[in-house]
Parts: sequence; C-alpha cells; structure tokens
Amino acid sequence: MTPPDFERVLRELTPQVLGALVRRYRDFAAAEDALQEALLAAATQWPQDGVPDHPRAWLTQVASRCMTDQIRSNVARRRRETEVAMESGYLIPPQDPEADDGGDDSLILIYMCCHPALTTSSAIALTLRAVGGLTTAEIARAFLVPEATMAQRISRAKQTIKASCVPFRLPLPQERERSLRAVLHVLYLIFNEGYTASAGDHLQRTDLANEAIRLTRAVHARLPGHAEVAGLLALMLLTDARRFARTGTNGEVIPLDKQDRTLWDRQQIAEGVALISAALPKGSVGPYQLQAAIAAVHDEAARAGDTDWPQILALYDLLRHMSDNPMVTLNQAIAAAMVHGATKGLELLDAVKADPLLANHHRLDAVRAHLLELAGDRNGAVLYYRAAAGKTGSLPERNYLLTQAARLSSESDSANEQE
Amino acid sequence: MKYMMMMSFKAGKESMAKGIMTWPKHDAQAHIAFMIGFNKELKASGEFVAAEGLAWPDQAKLVRAGKDGTPITDGVFPESKEFLIGYWIIDVESPERAYEVAARASAAPGPGGAPLNMPIEVRQIMGGPPEEYQ
Repeated sequence: MTPPDFERVLRELTPQVLGALVRRYRDFAAAEDALQEALLAAATQWPQDGVPDHPRAWLTQVASRCMTDQIRSNVARRRRETEVAMESGYLIPPQDPEADDGGDDSLILIYMCCHPALTTSSAIALTLRAVGGLTTAEIARAFLVPEATMAQRISRAKQTIKASCVPFRLPLPQERERSLRAVLHVLYLIFNEGYTASAGDHLQRTDLANEAIRLTRAVHARLPGHAEVAGLLALMLLTDARRFARTGTNGEVIPLDKQDRTLWDRQQIAEGVALISAALPKGSVGPYQLQAAIAAVHDEAARAGDTDWPQILALYDLLRHMSDNPMVTLNQAIAAAMVHGATKGLELLDAVKADPLLANHHRLDAVRAHLLELAGDRNGAVLYYRAAAGKTGSLPERNYLLTQAARLSSESDSANEQE
Repeated sequence: MKYMMMMSFKAGKESMAKGIMTWPKHDAQAHIAFMIGFNKELKASGEFVAAEGLAWPDQAKLVRAGKDGTPITDGVFPESKEFLIGYWIIDVESPERAYEVAARASAAPGPGGAPLNMPIEVRQIMGGPPEEYQ
C-alpha cells in the first residue's frame, strides 16, 4: 500500500472504530484517546510489518486494549477512593446485541455528532473531527479560528453529549427521520461553509466541500434507499460541479448566466443527474431533491439561453409549498420573471417584502435590482443594487453588487449624453 | 459569524483611558482582572478569535503619501477625536450572542467597582462569496 492509500484507509476506518469503541464503552473522550493510541501504533507497525488482513479489527483491538487499561487504572484509583466503585456501571461493557458492523457504527456516530443538544457550530466541528477524521488544526484553519478555540469547541461538544446521556444506538424508528434531517442539515452547512467561509485560502474552503461530499457519500452508502440523502448528495455534486466557473481569478462572483460552462465538471454533473433521476420517482420528494433537480436543470443547459425556465419555475412552486423559507420565493421570483416577464417577478417580491426574515435582507434588494434591470428601469436597479451592497455580509458579493450599480449608472450616463 | 467588537474612548475630561490612571489602585486592578477573565471566558466558550489592545494615541501618527510617495507624518490631536483602544474578534452563533458578549465587555468595572457601561461598537466581519448567484 502506498502512503496515500494507507492514509485513506485509516481515515475511512477511523469513524468506524471510534463508533465501535463509543458503543462498547460509552465514553467519547476516552474512546478518542484510545483510538489515537491505536492509530499511532498502526503508523509505526504497518509500514514495517505490512497492513494486517483485517485492519479495522486490528485497530479496534488495540484501541480496546488501551481502553481496558485505562478503565483498570481508573477502577484502581476509584477503589482506593471508595469501596463501591465496582457499582459505577463503568466496568462492564453492555452486551452488544447487534453484529459488529463498522458501517452502522459510523452512522450512529454521525447521528450522535449532529445531536440537537449541540449548537450548529459544535455539531459541525465534532462531525468533522470524529466522523471526518480531520485534525483539530485542520478544522481550525478551515474556519479561520485559533486551534485552541476549535479544540475548546470540540471538547465542549463532547461534554454536552456526555451530559445529555445520548444512548449509543441507532435512533428509534420514530426518531429516525428527525435525526437524519439534523445530520443532513449539518452536512449541508459544512458544504456551504466551503463556499462562504470568510476569505482564507481557496484550497482549504474547497476541502470542506469535498469533505461534505465524502461524508454524504458515506451516509448514502448506508441508506441507499433514502431519497433525501440521495437528493443532498446530488445537490452537492451538481453545485460543486460549477466550482471553477463561479468565481473569477480575483475571487469575484460570476453569476450563473455569465459562467464559462466549459469549466463545469461534466462527470460530476452526470453523477448528480443520475442520482436525482433515480431518487425522484421513489415518491418521497423533499427539499434537497427539489433543489438538486433545479441545479440539474441549470447544469444541463449548454448555454444560459437554453435554460428550461418553465421547469425551474414549476420546481420552485413545489419547493415553496414544502418550505416556509422566504428565500425560496426570491429564487421563484427570478424564475417567474424569466418565464412570464419581470412584472410577474416583481409582484412576487411585493408579496413577501413584509416577511420579517426578508424585510432587511440584502437578497430582497439584490433580486429586485436584477428584476428592475430586466424591466428596463435602470435608475431603480442602481438604487437597489446599492442598497443591497450596503447590507450584504459577503465581501465578494458586495463587490459584485457595486460593480452592477456602477455598470448601470455609467450606461445611463452615456445614454443621457446621446439624447 | 465573526464580529469585531471595538472599544473606543473620547479623549478629554471623561476619557476612560486617562481616567484609569487616576483611579484608586484597587479599582484599576479590578478592571484589569475583569478584562483578563473576560478573554479567558471567550476562550473557554470556543468563541475567541483574537483580541488586541492598542497603545494610547499620544505617540500615534497620521500618515499620508507625499507627491513622490514618501510618507508625511503628522501628530494626532487626542482632544478632538474618538480613538480605538482595543478590539476583540469573536466567532459566534448569532448577532444576538455577539451583542450579549459586547454588553459583558461594556459593563467592565470602573471606579468603585460600578459598571462603566461604555459603548462597544459591534461590526460584522465580511465573509466569502454567497452560496449561489443567478
């Protein structure tokens, strides 16, 4: 095995082994320490002796031995402290009714890391650490915070899980949908963070998107029949396929209709389209599948002018019924404008402008500016592009909006001169 | 979401910074201890990104480029302006949490241990590109 293969194998096994240890010993922090010991042992022994036939069993055994040692020394210490230490319940690992299935363990682990008791930033950090196998330093770099801060966040997350006594098992059938939704949301946020993390090295941000895709693939492999898992994976692939076209050399935003479509990753698009085409007919359509279907329609148009806007509009109508997120209406308004003309789009915006989630949001102004420009109202468009630029929290987006405003106002200046 | 919290003071009679030099030793120590503890709390909660204090403006310079690009420096006039004296950068879940943290800093103890309730300017730090633009 070459070193990169070696590393890949270890990274794939890490969550499975960690999951098995947490299931047996119910102690997240101790399990992680033991796993680190086992990984260290593997790093020194495997290159010399060769990779064992069953690397997962090997790692689990070595780590279990570390845990047992640790438990023994804990017990000895406790016995010195009190005679009733034996009743602590810590000593005897519970009987394991399930077969030793590494895949299920990593699935349980991800359910645990995305537990609702955690804040989203903690769930993201813990998932990347425990399931993704990223180092704390890597996660800290990706989120541009000091390593000590990230370490603290992860350790607090583990404490929260311990304190909330989450049992280490697959969620019960009645909880499963809700737990899975939390997991998919965390994976979606990790993927988005790949795009929206402030500044930083582009490569690192891309890595987060890749990491989210890798983790979603793993969940999809465990739950191949779940349409929303397939939908999320498709959405990620279809969005990520445009990665190299969506920003210019200086990081400037390039909107969909101006992107160089030859830069889109055809292979990723094909995979995403196949996934979503297989998921949709299953009948349990959800928001991720609809968003993936919209992304697929965009990705399948060879030129922006070939985009099947009526189909996109129909998909947004469905999505609007499924989600009360007013952001959907903004995208729906753009699609409506492309199909029925700018006036129709502006009417939709007026219908949601009082929504408290949108009232002071830059996207409402940005979309209005875009539609006013389509309608031929240059001055109105300039006004709203500038208003949006003043409200956005994204630097590349602000640059984009200011450039749009500048372009339109210089066009209307030269138009005035000609008159 | 990352935010910068800025602590400024207006030089002059009510100057906090000039004031602290005239506070009784006990009050000054309590203020400094509060600030050290405050940074520790932010580190413990996993929200700390950075914090720096700035030297007081006595030695500060205003710099402009001259015609040939060489720096032309000028003194600043502390009496007439507000000066940044320190900042924190925090990474928090929501704007509300940023305001909560800022309010803690604002209530740092002053003379007699009474909260200063000084103004803390809270500004969002700009992020990367939006998720999609069509």
